[in-house]
Amino acid sequence: MSQELILGIYVFIMAMFVGFEVISRVPSVLHTPLMSGTNAIHGIVVLGAMLVAGSADTPLLHALGFIAVVFGAANVFGGFVVTDRMLEMFKKRETGQAEKKKDA
Amino acid sequence: MLDLRASVIAISYIVAAVLFIFGLKRLSSPATARSGNRIAAIGMALALGVTLLDRQIVSFWTIAIGTLIGAVMGVYFARTVQMTAMPQMVALFNGMGGATAALVSVAEFLRLSRLGETIGIGESTSIVLGTVIGAVSFTGSIIAFGKLQEILPGRPLQFPLQRVINALILLAAAALGVFVVIDGGSTALWSLFATALVLGAMFVLPIGGGDMPVVISILNSLTGLAAALTGFVLHNQMLVVAGVLVGASGTLLTLLMSTAMNRSVGNVLFGAFGAASNDATAASTAVGRTVRQTTPEDTAIALAYARSVVIVPGYGLAVAEAQHTVRELATDLEKRGVDVKYAIHPVAGRMPGHMNVLLAEANVPYDQLLEMDQVNGEFPQTDVVLVVGANDVVNPAARDDPTSPIYGMPILDVDRARNVIVLKRSMGHGFAGIDNALFYNENTRMLFGDARQSLTQVGQALKTA
Repeated sequence: MSQELILGIYVFIMAMFVGFEVISRVPSVLHTPLMSGTNAIHGIVVLGAMLVAGSADTPLLHALGFIAVVFGAANVFGGFVVTDRMLEMFKKRETGQAEKKKDA
Repeated sequence: MLDLRASVIAISYIVAAVLFIFGLKRLSSPATARSGNRIAAIGMALALGVTLLDRQIVSFWTIAIGTLIGAVMGVYFARTVQMTAMPQMVALFNGMGGATAALVSVAEFLRLSRLGETIGIGESTSIVLGTVIGAVSFTGSIIAFGKLQEILPGRPLQFPLQRVINALILLAAAALGVFVVIDGGSTALWSLFATALVLGAMFVLPIGGGDMPVVISILNSLTGLAAALTGFVLHNQMLVVAGVLVGASGTLLTLLMSTAMNRSVGNVLFGAFGAASNDATAASTAVGRTVRQTTPEDTAIALAYARSVVIVPGYGLAVAEAQHTVRELATDLEKRGVDVKYAIHPVAGRMPGHMNVLLAEANVPYDQLLEMDQVNGEFPQTDVVLVVGANDVVNPAARDDPTSPIYGMPILDVDRARNVIVLKRSMGHGFAGIDNALFYNENTRMLFGDARQSLTQVGQALKTA
């Protein structure tokens, strides 16, 4: 096994513990934003898509890279924007008096 | 040693990973959650920005055009989606992430084989797993999207020999995977990709709509895992950290949701719950029992003269888009001095926390939303419980009747309240397809009709009550 693979497994396991620790503190009120926020974070895979698209040297690789970048970018941008939109709505009593409805 | 450019990239990735963790940490309270999401977004911008410095990238056009198209699409959907459609939105974005991970794995394999480099066993295994998991997550999410959007029927879709066929597809995928690792070859990898796409669809089709909270959580976790695996392929620790964080979150939610239904994850995935014909049970239990109907006017009076009211929302609230109407009614009641709270069951709706988001949209303050454990002790002192489109999560059979299919599922004990008013379209069954003993109780009244219409009528009647 390569040194890099070992390092990767190391990071994997440590991140797993951090993830469980941090996320177990999220209250159930926020489970939907948690899900859509983490959804945006896994959009980080667009980073891989950028590397593929940027170094492509055949039409097939260009096409694969392009599709991957489009999907990944939609995942990242859409995920963060929709989470922000949701979290904007969570308010404590009294602060949410101004009834400003703008249903899309 | 790394040169300057590579060092800048590596250090920025570390900073971005820390920002992700900080962002998630701030999600532990509604007061800080919004800033948490923004911190994570800054981490993302940093990670993606420095990646452009990578020497491997020689052409920027594909990236620029692709990002632009993706961003416009994503932001458009994110800004226009109705809050009631949030579960399908999350499923859709999740599927896109899965597809990206699978495509990156395949493309990297093709690139490496073209360069004639020998692919190490660690890398090829990661490529195989990344391809399979990403593809399964993609088609699985698309099917889930279809079910939630009601393009596909929400009930479990079953056909003869389903399990045998699924097992065969899984075996084929495993065999192809082993072949790719040992022997390489792009044809095998493409076949594996195609097989995994079929597998993802077959895996979600037999799962019913009410089990979606579990399914969406699993798919979320799978996409995270697929992203982490591409990190192994590209030797990029940033991808590993971010992917694993998401995987951990999805896994945790999956376990929480299946605990809230008192069913194992396996039972949710392979049980085809709610598929059984319910005619027999309906006929046998309905005999000799009657439900008592009520009118909007009587409901208004019962609410107006109550001291405490608990509202129990369910998926029916989302379907009728009645969250604003509920909130208006609650405000009117509060003006009369009635104490109003909302009781939220963990699996009410179609995704974890679905009801909380809808009520937040309607400006209900989050400290008025109570979890099951907080509220169950209060029901005996509650004057009126208003059940809006919830069914199985308030069925006392889950607590009292060992023969019930949902026996053992933790429920909201609304039957212990002094009065219960159930808003329901008709006497149809809930997702589990079983009769609800609550409806026949002494202290239960049924208000039939569309939830939003009924609530509006109750609101009007309240003005004169």
